[in-house]
Amino acid sequence: MENNHVHPTIQKIINLTNQDPANCYQCGKCSAGCPVRDFFDDAPNRVIRFIQLGLYDRALKSKAIWLCAGCQTCSSRCPQNFEPAKLMDALREIAVEQGIAPSDKNVQKFHKAFLNQIKNNGRSFELGLIRDYKLATGKLFQDIDAAPTAILKGKIGLTPHKIKDTKKIKSIINKAVKGNTK
Amino acid sequence: MNFGYYPGCSLSGTAKEFDLSLKEVLNNLDTNLQEINDWCCCGASSAHSASHLLSVALPARNLILAKEQGMKDVVAPCAACFNRLKVAQHEMKTDEHIRTKTEELLETKYSDGINVLNLISLFQHIGLDKIKSNIQIDLSKLNAACYYGCLLVRPHDILKFDDPENPTTMEEVVKATGAKPVDWNFKVECCGAAHSIAHTEIVENLSMQILDDAINHKADVIVVACPMCHSNLDMRQKNIIKHNPGRMKIPILYLSQLIGLSMGLDKKSLGLDLHFIDTTPLIASLSEKEVVV
Repeated sequence: MENNHVHPTIQKIINLTNQDPANCYQCGKCSAGCPVRDFFDDAPNRVIRFIQLGLYDRALKSKAIWLCAGCQTCSSRCPQNFEPAKLMDALREIAVEQGIAPSDKNVQKFHKAFLNQIKNNGRSFELGLIRDYKLATGKLFQDIDAAPTAILKGKIGLTPHKIKDTKKIKSIINKAVKGNTK
Repeated sequence: MNFGYYPGCSLSGTAKEFDLSLKEVLNNLDTNLQEINDWCCCGASSAHSASHLLSVALPARNLILAKEQGMKDVVAPCAACFNRLKVAQHEMKTDEHIRTKTEELLETKYSDGINVLNLISLFQHIGLDKIKSNIQIDLSKLNAACYYGCLLVRPHDILKFDDPENPTTMEEVVKATGAKPVDWNFKVECCGAAHSIAHTEIVENLSMQILDDAINHKADVIVVACPMCHSNLDMRQKNIIKHNPGRMKIPILYLSQLIGLSMGLDKKSLGLDLHFIDTTPLIASLSEKEVVV
């Protein structure tokens, strides 16, 4: 779907999600069933409305796109078969690409720390994830009570499981996160 | 029976007991797992938060490895891994553009043909009769709330597994162990998933509602098939109780642990000592019950 008359942001959304936000008729079912809606600034149907009105900046700066838990309750209930969860994914990706500061820094720092573990080891490494997240956010004492039990029970390993093909994984992540996906 | 195995990252870390109990149960059911050599992380929530392409490429790499290593059925016990593998498979099949991009990125060709199984469909494959015929301990007085969470059942169009609003397949497996599934409201509600670290308050709020509903419906235990659900309901339960004094505790078991209990397997070999919420009162209540065989 390429059209010279559409705004590049909406074109990008359509390309990333294979769906057109114009199909949403604002019934609000997504927001009614959203388990995280109480923590959002804008309800999911409002984020879609911003897009429909061309207010891309409002949508890209919304907290909702970062606090969406990706549970897909909205997507599975939409009477128009629109998938708001996919839209949230796309908006996060576009916000980062356009250099828009995330309205919720913790979530982005968590994902960054998580991807760092995969880059370095090919797999997630929980101790490294917690270390990188704490260093990035300055929340050094978070979960300090749960950590010793988890380590004693051997649930958090002290060394990462490194795979053989780590170099390749690193290059895959670097290329995918930097470049355009479509 | 032989299956390919994609353990995923959690099962070698925080969900160690999921891996232990699954292998122990399968050993006793003459089923072998062959781990995919050099598998990588599926990217989980973080990959699809950062890049659509990456969220397809990482699982696709693992599917390619499984195929190269001669596998047909691959078990992904973690609900998130199961979900990402199935979604990637679907996108590679239906979206030519993403397929080309992914193949370019991985520098290899993709061909379909792996059957990805989750924990419940694995036991359906093995056969519920086999679970029934291995019962050693009477679980008939144990009320179990089957908790599916999000990623086993959504998106239904792609996963095509059970019903997205009122699934019942886990109840069938639980019935096969002799335990009693309870009727309750929160079986497909979200626990807050990957927000566990970045927004613990969200996870505690959502998980508390799930725990409360299970307790209100007289459940003695919540049974799960996802490491994220487990860590949110088990590890975070301590703080939930601390922040809301007077609440009851409820142990959280992996489905594989419950099956292992019904088979009379050693609790240590099932990793039942690795939980934050103590499982010993539950196990003690069972040992007092009449042994069937």
